[in-house]
Amino acid sequence: MDYEQLKEKINTISDMLIKVEQTLPKRLYLLCESENAYKVSKFLFEDLKARFVTTTGIDSDDCYEIIYHFAYDQLSTFINIKTFIRDRNKPQIESIAPFIPGAEWIEREIHDTFGIEFNNHPNMRRLILADDWPDGKCPLKKDYEFKKLR
Amino acid sequence: MSFWKKFGLKKSPWVFHVNTGACNNCDIEIVDCLTPRFDVERFGVKLVGSPRHADALLVTGGVTAQALPRLQEVYRQAAKPCVVFAIGACACDSGIFMPGYHMAGPVDKVIKEIDPNAIIAYVPGCPPKPEAMISGIVTALKAL
Amino acid sequence: MKISLKKPVLAIGPLHPLQEEMEFFQLTVDGEIVTDIDVRIGYNHRGIEKISETLQFDQVPYLISRICGICSASHPLAFVQAVEELAGITPPDRARYVRTIINELERIHSHVLWVGLAGHFIGYDTVFMWAWKYREPILDILEKITGNRNNYGNVKVGGCREDIDDSIIGEMLKELDKIEKKMNMLTKAVLDDPILQARLKGVGILTKQDAIRYAVTGPTARGSGVDIDVRRDDPYAAYGELDWKVITQPEGDVFAKAVVRLLELFESIKIVRQALKKLPGGPIAVEVKQIPAGEATGHTEAPRGETFHYVRSDGGNRPVRHKVRAPSYVNVPSFKASCIGTNISDVTITLAAVDPCYSCTERLAVIGGSKVTYDGKELLRLSRGKTEQLKKQLGFKEGFKFE
Repeated sequence: MDYEQLKEKINTISDMLIKVEQTLPKRLYLLCESENAYKVSKFLFEDLKARFVTTTGIDSDDCYEIIYHFAYDQLSTFINIKTFIRDRNKPQIESIAPFIPGAEWIEREIHDTFGIEFNNHPNMRRLILADDWPDGKCPLKKDYEFKKLR
Repeated sequence: MSFWKKFGLKKSPWVFHVNTGACNNCDIEIVDCLTPRFDVERFGVKLVGSPRHADALLVTGGVTAQALPRLQEVYRQAAKPCVVFAIGACACDSGIFMPGYHMAGPVDKVIKEIDPNAIIAYVPGCPPKPEAMISGIVTALKAL
Repeated sequence: MKISLKKPVLAIGPLHPLQEEMEFFQLTVDGEIVTDIDVRIGYNHRGIEKISETLQFDQVPYLISRICGICSASHPLAFVQAVEELAGITPPDRARYVRTIINELERIHSHVLWVGLAGHFIGYDTVFMWAWKYREPILDILEKITGNRNNYGNVKVGGCREDIDDSIIGEMLKELDKIEKKMNMLTKAVLDDPILQARLKGVGILTKQDAIRYAVTGPTARGSGVDIDVRRDDPYAAYGELDWKVITQPEGDVFAKAVVRLLELFESIKIVRQALKKLPGGPIAVEVKQIPAGEATGHTEAPRGETFHYVRSDGGNRPVRHKVRAPSYVNVPSFKASCIGTNISDVTITLAAVDPCYSCTERLAVIGGSKVTYDGKELLRLSRGKTEQLKKQLGFKEGFKFE
């Protein structure tokens, strides 16, 4: 498959996307709302056979961003799904772990460090923070107070 | 410390290795000490599987919040008298990870919380070479 | 954490350094068969992503080379590639070759280390001692180039910190020939051994479908027949200009992973040799003025699989967000697919097959109900006992034993 065919395939789901950005020849960003992220990742993983890499959570000023990174190795391209969770008080998104078991850990980690709820996650327990870490204290949020340097 | 206790501690020290949040670098260098080029087993230094058999604890890595109770438990289990070796820059003073939110502090602080009279020796380096570790252990045992 | 008291739970850990994380495994067992596995990590969580946000772009490589002591060349390289992508910098040719050489030497020493540990877990301490002995000359070469046996700290944004002195290239090539001879012997000794074949074949199988679903990378994936390798799929450094091939094995068992790693050793030696011979002249770094706002991704093939870094900048001198995905982060959960249904005595080697770290065996404890019935030594004895049994079945005479 070449680049044009890949773009055509992505165009078939264009109703779920806000827009498609190409920052560099080999880096595609598909922007969508958080409700559609599940369907778009399912399309990439099952129809396009892209390889799941990881998920990144980001605390932007007005919303949380979740980026699903997929690698499309035939074209040495990264296809990144960028979604926005607008509700800062009760952030939640559909989990992709039911069909990609490899995403189970990273979603648990994002839950620990950002406090984002993943609906329908098979095993949502604490993963990386200590057992006695207080609930609701999310270290990767921007408002988390950082220890003073020496 | 009585003469016999000291004698028992210094002759062929058995060591137990605790990783409290290290990057594996110090750990592979510790195992390196046991393999043919350095082979410290010639001198009776042996890596044992339980802290109850150990004369010395080799602690690598700055202590993370999750590893803190485990390290203290291991120290409680170790037969006394016992020397704690803080191996590597992270174990000595938390190193580059000092500002991390999940770090509980350097090894000496954590051990002294439960035993203020603990004997702690430091081997700095990132990672210390096997030669440095052997030299550190010999120097510390001589100084007892 | 709830432990079911009805079924015996076998706990491995928690002081159990696996890759950059210490881990706590709980195996639910039925007789000797593993029926479920649960992993708890976080003992080694140091908050590197947050610390990284407080450091400047040229300080970050020193921090992330300490993510893992064994992958301390590939992590900074992935980050630096992401930043270079962001700033639109192409590193000079000589820097690309130096990066290739250091990364491949790292792969050689890591794979040899794994072979030794795998031997140790199944009671072949001879392999352990041999492998670690032959690893030393590689560390010597690395020390000559970068000044340290591990934690090289040699890449920086825009190029490399230290150059390879042309006068030591001849010496290095000679040393590589010696290493290759020894590796030949080691590979033959390991792969042609009937006991090892009987012990490792068909153990801890990870099927191709599971490998894709769990998104595993590196030798773990290639041992299951998934043909991925970042060095070929998205060529970075100088890999696109050198002649080498990707090794895959379809079986998915522990033996296949050992074969992949051992054969990769020779490919790596080939790459280093070519790169040393082709090493172009010129500067090793370009000046970097400013990192513009934006986001970028970088990935490299570490010894254990794909290392992935995502960097976002707001135009300042520090990253706003820096995400790290180490290869073991996806390889370790695949235990759920490969361990269930296996025998307890096969678990140690199956866990070791994805190349986590050594020293796990010292800290194993089996809990039956709520009281400890076996300790780590017992498990190691079980694993070694099976090897002994196989020896007898295959008609091997009892020789002298290493203890």
